[in-house]
Amino acid sequence: MRDVAVVAYNQFATRRDETRNEIEMLLPVLKDTLGPLGLTTKDMGFTVSGSSDYLAGQAFAFVSALDAVGPWPPIAESHVEMDGAFALYEAWVRLQHGDIDTALVYAFGKSSPGDLGRVLALQLEPYLVGPLWPDAASLAALQARALIDSGKASEKDLARVVARSRRAAQDNPNAQLKGEVDEAALLDEPLFNDPLRKHDLPTISDGCAVMVLAAGDRARELTDTPVWIRGIDHRVESQHLGSRDVTTSASTRLAGQKAGADVGTIDLAELHAPFSHQELILIDALGLDETRTRINPSGGALASNPMMTAGLVRIGEAAKRLAAGEGNRAVAHATSGPALQQNLVCVLEA
Amino acid sequence: MAHRAAVLGTGQTKHVAARKDVSIAGLVREAADRALADAGCTWDDIDAVVIGKAPDMFEGVMMPELYLAEALGAVGKPLMRVHTAGSVGGSTAVVATHLVQAGIHERVLTVAFEKQSESNAMWALSIRIPFAQPLVAGAGGYFAPIVRGYIRKSSAPLDTGYKVVLKDRLNALKNPYAHLHQPDITYEQIAESPLLWDPIRYAETCPSSDGAAAMVIGSERAAEASERPVAWIHGTAVRSEPTMGAGRDRVNPHAGRACAKAVYAEAGITDPFRQIDCAEIYVPFSWFEPMWLENLGFAEEGTGWKMVHDGTTALDGDLPINMSGGVLSSNPIGASGMLRFLEAANQVRGTAGDHQVEGARTAMGHAYGGGSQFFAMWVVGAEKR
Amino acid sequence: MTEPVTEIITPIRMDYRYTPGTESSAFLRGMKEGKMLGRRCPSCEKVYFPARAVCSMCGEAFTETVEVKDTGTMVTFAVVNVNFANRVIDLPYVTAEVVFDGADTASMVLLSGVAPEEARMGMRVKAHWIPEAEWDFSLANIDYVEPLDEPDAPYESFKELV
Repeated sequence: MRDVAVVAYNQFATRRDETRNEIEMLLPVLKDTLGPLGLTTKDMGFTVSGSSDYLAGQAFAFVSALDAVGPWPPIAESHVEMDGAFALYEAWVRLQHGDIDTALVYAFGKSSPGDLGRVLALQLEPYLVGPLWPDAASLAALQARALIDSGKASEKDLARVVARSRRAAQDNPNAQLKGEVDEAALLDEPLFNDPLRKHDLPTISDGCAVMVLAAGDRARELTDTPVWIRGIDHRVESQHLGSRDVTTSASTRLAGQKAGADVGTIDLAELHAPFSHQELILIDALGLDETRTRINPSGGALASNPMMTAGLVRIGEAAKRLAAGEGNRAVAHATSGPALQQNLVCVLEA
Repeated sequence: MAHRAAVLGTGQTKHVAARKDVSIAGLVREAADRALADAGCTWDDIDAVVIGKAPDMFEGVMMPELYLAEALGAVGKPLMRVHTAGSVGGSTAVVATHLVQAGIHERVLTVAFEKQSESNAMWALSIRIPFAQPLVAGAGGYFAPIVRGYIRKSSAPLDTGYKVVLKDRLNALKNPYAHLHQPDITYEQIAESPLLWDPIRYAETCPSSDGAAAMVIGSERAAEASERPVAWIHGTAVRSEPTMGAGRDRVNPHAGRACAKAVYAEAGITDPFRQIDCAEIYVPFSWFEPMWLENLGFAEEGTGWKMVHDGTTALDGDLPINMSGGVLSSNPIGASGMLRFLEAANQVRGTAGDHQVEGARTAMGHAYGGGSQFFAMWVVGAEKR
Repeated sequence: MTEPVTEIITPIRMDYRYTPGTESSAFLRGMKEGKMLGRRCPSCEKVYFPARAVCSMCGEAFTETVEVKDTGTMVTFAVVNVNFANRVIDLPYVTAEVVFDGADTASMVLLSGVAPEEARMGMRVKAHWIPEAEWDFSLANIDYVEPLDEPDAPYESFKELV
């Protein structure tokens, strides 16, 4: 395998951008990411993005976003209707070919235009489950209930996750929910979707992220602090909640093993847990030791959750911190589908 | 560096206006089962799945690969979903090929489908975005002005399109999977069918189909271990350009020319007309055949229409095009690109049945999408390269 | 003996609050005032009308506003014989791609005031505006273009714009 590194990353997120559309949101982030490398989008060997039509409320939403890249002369480009983390996977695969040395990965999503709960209910089996319109929060709540009933976690553990997220997010200009919160006060809040409280749910965010990958020597030319992708894998489970043990994440465990996350020290982990209880499931699935590994130093998806982007952001945030010297080795994770159905794990090394 | 990859097996469903006998899962499973059987593989042999389809609005299910995980035998495996508009069937095959060429997997199942009877494709293609320009009258309404531009530029005879339709629909009679089987079709019928978007007539447009296509792409080791005929993948390429831009040439798009150039270079093709024995190209409206012949370098600019009139592109011509009946005979939108790639592979495997081009050793698969802006192509051969 | 279920109908309604964006907003505000505002790309210097978020050929934000005229050239067209959802117009109708004078891109508008068989590539046309009192934030303030009493533009002058 060719060595591939993250050489640049930037993101933007906000509660609701009612001034700019997706392309206008993306353009400055593209410039900010490529500019310092002395490159433009036209220098990239391959470009791939992640986004969702139903989120945007338009068919072919990725097509107009491509304008931001200025694909002229024509470029080698692709798109996945998935989180940008999977677009990164496609770029990593493409770089293995050996004929190109750089790839541009980007993702965007505005949750504010639509009713996100209703939009995500379309992500279900359409004959028996979809017509019941179970929104994502309700499905997550079923998982949280199973987790608590199994004895693997308590409500207090959920409050602890939220408090940690808010605290860490204070250093993150792209986080929407941040601050010091008292765990006991969190537990006093009313239930929203039993056993979840409002703060256990992710925030609604609009945002985008951009990342540049480079292979081998090209990575070293572009930056003094390349962050190498040492392993990357993803796996999917059945969508049916009744067909899998929702208190564990078998696909995260498997992807983590395949990516090499289960060996060596992990200094920090960015886990894509849109719901607080899911962070606990993921920590367990990846065998992380919270006393040795910083969990979600960015604040995670609880603090900022731009759809189709938050997974790529986990990888970017982990890479950014390794590049800044905050550790030597990190795990980044991205998820897709209801109740952690599909999971990608990436091991990064400075 | 890239490892070799080959098509080990293919499968598709019989394309029809509406499959009321299967769910979406049933549709994709049917094509996938056939591909596995054709490849002599079991579900356990498959390491990863790459699925592609056009906008989710066509079925009303967001990110349907999640619901389809079991149907695709993907539980516990990597699963990706590609969406590059109309070229998606092709670009999906390209992504799957790269997974094998990168040495990551031995066998990848790639599937593309559309079950457009579930929702309303016409509505999905014309969703009115507020404040945007009105007046998109379906895909035909978008492409008709471009076709007019080609006719003006090339001075092609006005019945060029009719001959393409006649050829493709007669070819389709030799393809049991094709949607439209019109044994009584005549040139006159086509010439007299109503003008939908002048200059495009009703008979010159593709149908709306439910359908799925699937292939098993394998490594060199897997191909050599197989007792079935394989198609070696000599080259793949994708290229994109903007939807609207001052300086685009929508009649002879630069992205198409660049994509062809790239795939020919990788496949060692220096003289496409001579070295490629046949091609399956994405022709949803008749006039795209002469337009793509020029765009792909088979004919000089402005002369592609001559190959239509002189029989070059007929099944028994020097460069058969769309032996399967093409998109004009079956159009499950998300699958159509993969059907082109699949049919090209079957030609060089010698498994194309009644629409087989005798002695085909090198074939091309082509897909396009959007406002003639997304292109995916591959060149396959009977020999290893 | 029960028949198998072959169809389940699930109505789906999704509401979206759509943000046109800064560039489109400027364009729409212009239209509300009867002004056709194009935007020039600082890199390729082409004028886009209507301008969307960026110059899609260069990936650059626009920097200059250029007012384009409401006369132009119909570079290509289609005669449409089939109505679509939300459109109810007398058939047949002509959809024209018009490059308004001063712009380098085409807009899609209806052509009226001439029989469809008289429509020609290169025809010079002029915008017909709906009454000013009805002007809204929309290109639809121009309900159609009609022929101008000018000779057709020569093919060479517009063939690159098709």
